[in-house]
Amino acid sequence: MTFNTNLRNIFLVVFTTLILSACSTAKKTGNVDGDVYTGKETVKYLASGVPDRVFFATNKSSLTTASRATLRKQATFLRKNKKLNVTIEGHADERGTREYNLALGERRANAAKDYLMTYGISGKRISTISYGKEKPVNPASSALAWSQNRRSVTVKVN
Amino acid sequence: MKKIFKILTLYHLIFINPVLALIEVDITRGNLDPLPIAVSPLHVDIKSQEHEGLKVKELGTSISEIIEKNFKGTGLFNPLKKEAFVQKPDIAHIKPRFEDWRLIKAQALVTGKLLVKDEKLKVEFRLWDLTASKEITALAFTTTPSNWRRVAHIISDKIYERLTGENGYFDTRIIYVAESGPKNQRIKKLAIMDQDGAKTKYLTLGTELVLTPRFNPTNQMVTYLSYFRNMPRVYLLDIETGMQEVVGNFPGMTFAPRFSPDGKKIIMSFAEDGNSDIYTMDLETRVVERITNHSSIDTSPSFSPDGKFIVFNSDRSGLQQIYVMRSDGSNVKRITFGSGIYGTPVWSPRGDLIAFTKVRKGRFYIGVMRIDGTGERLLTENFYQEAPSWSPNGRVLVFYRETKSGKKGEGFSAKLWSIDITGYNERRLETKTDASDPSWSSLLSK
Repeated sequence: MTFNTNLRNIFLVVFTTLILSACSTAKKTGNVDGDVYTGKETVKYLASGVPDRVFFATNKSSLTTASRATLRKQATFLRKNKKLNVTIEGHADERGTREYNLALGERRANAAKDYLMTYGISGKRISTISYGKEKPVNPASSALAWSQNRRSVTVKVN
Repeated sequence: MKKIFKILTLYHLIFINPVLALIEVDITRGNLDPLPIAVSPLHVDIKSQEHEGLKVKELGTSISEIIEKNFKGTGLFNPLKKEAFVQKPDIAHIKPRFEDWRLIKAQALVTGKLLVKDEKLKVEFRLWDLTASKEITALAFTTTPSNWRRVAHIISDKIYERLTGENGYFDTRIIYVAESGPKNQRIKKLAIMDQDGAKTKYLTLGTELVLTPRFNPTNQMVTYLSYFRNMPRVYLLDIETGMQEVVGNFPGMTFAPRFSPDGKKIIMSFAEDGNSDIYTMDLETRVVERITNHSSIDTSPSFSPDGKFIVFNSDRSGLQQIYVMRSDGSNVKRITFGSGIYGTPVWSPRGDLIAFTKVRKGRFYIGVMRIDGTGERLLTENFYQEAPSWSPNGRVLVFYRETKSGKKGEGFSAKLWSIDITGYNERRLETKTDASDPSWSSLLSK
């Protein structure tokens, strides 16, 4: 009887491990969800509790739920600091051709800008610039580094 | 600066034999049996005078060595070692003992002589078909002595043309982005060099980011992207005078520039509110025309050599693919349907092929296909490489490849490589620094 229970426990453990590892390759490895970075390692702050950047999936410029929450915090911050202007820098990872990545970075910066504008921030206060893959925050060649590099960063200009 | 670009004057044509050569080189397929060729040192006339900055006595050998290096680089020729040579340069140049040269297995022989006198360099060379025991090409010209490297390249071109039936590509230059520093703080400068890696010059200081320089196919102008004052814009640069100017008056980023085949227009992308479309600007009239109007990314445009079509990169189907349209923007057709994504299309100067970068399962390929997208051939595969540029004769592609030695980005390096469109003869181009975004000039002397 004891032997049987033990065997079943071992079986369960193996089974659960299999499920977990399957999940990790499909969805979550550490700080990456899908392939959007969700960690805080590279993040700086415009003010306490206001992260300066949002992250994107490969080849995408759509904003995730987390990104929209971050941008709403930035909008609130910008509403409180009426004289502050910002530049949004759009970036891509190194796994694409240079010219397409310049266009992709531009699209990402503008996705963030458009969202801030829907929360009442004047477009005149927000400029955009794309650096394509020219300014990686993490120079490594790994899925994690690439996810940290696919980003748009809001930078104070005055 | 001007002297360098002074076009060599063809002094007089000595003799071109109309009889067909028995030797020929087939360049339409990978050549696994390169033609053995002997390049004799050019004989230096004893009446030659000293010339400042030149080792006149060694000039004949130096020129022959450049020719040998050019030929070796094609993969089509096998230059034989000089130790085995059986005749003195001056005697061989008058008339070779054909049977002796055949003994060392040479099939073609290059001989020549030169004279440096009165601030002039006079050169003549002959190409001998050793199988038919005949002279098949000869040429003489005069130039300024400082042009001696170009003399070697022009001789190489003439011989290549005679033996392959195609235009050469040795008297050309390559403009590229010279890189230094760590990956996340890269310093980039515009640089130009002869196609064999000699005479490197830096055209910008590295104070601002510069990308994607491209030659005007008709002259020595260059267009490129600069982040001067943190405003990414397409610039026009005259490499003779150093003068540069912004192309057009666009309120946002312009990028991915190239010249039209007649050199009169620049085609590029302009990003407006996050969306990139393709525009042209006429350099004379300054008239700007919008070519595409689509909510997707449209970029990397390249004209067909007759100027009637444009190949470009778009993600209108969801992912990056290659499309062809008429030069007015009508009749847009997708031409790539293979698995993976496609970028950086460039139309061959011969008009028959489009070179591209393909990304599939995390690997990068440089390939060519016919202009309707059929007949795709992937020439080379690596972890990261892109941006092919055509040699002016449409036989060779130059591109850049990035490598890292460690997973954390250590040992990052970018180099220029070339490959024959047959898929053979992949080789690294020598550059003084790390390098990317190469663009091959037209022949300097036509």
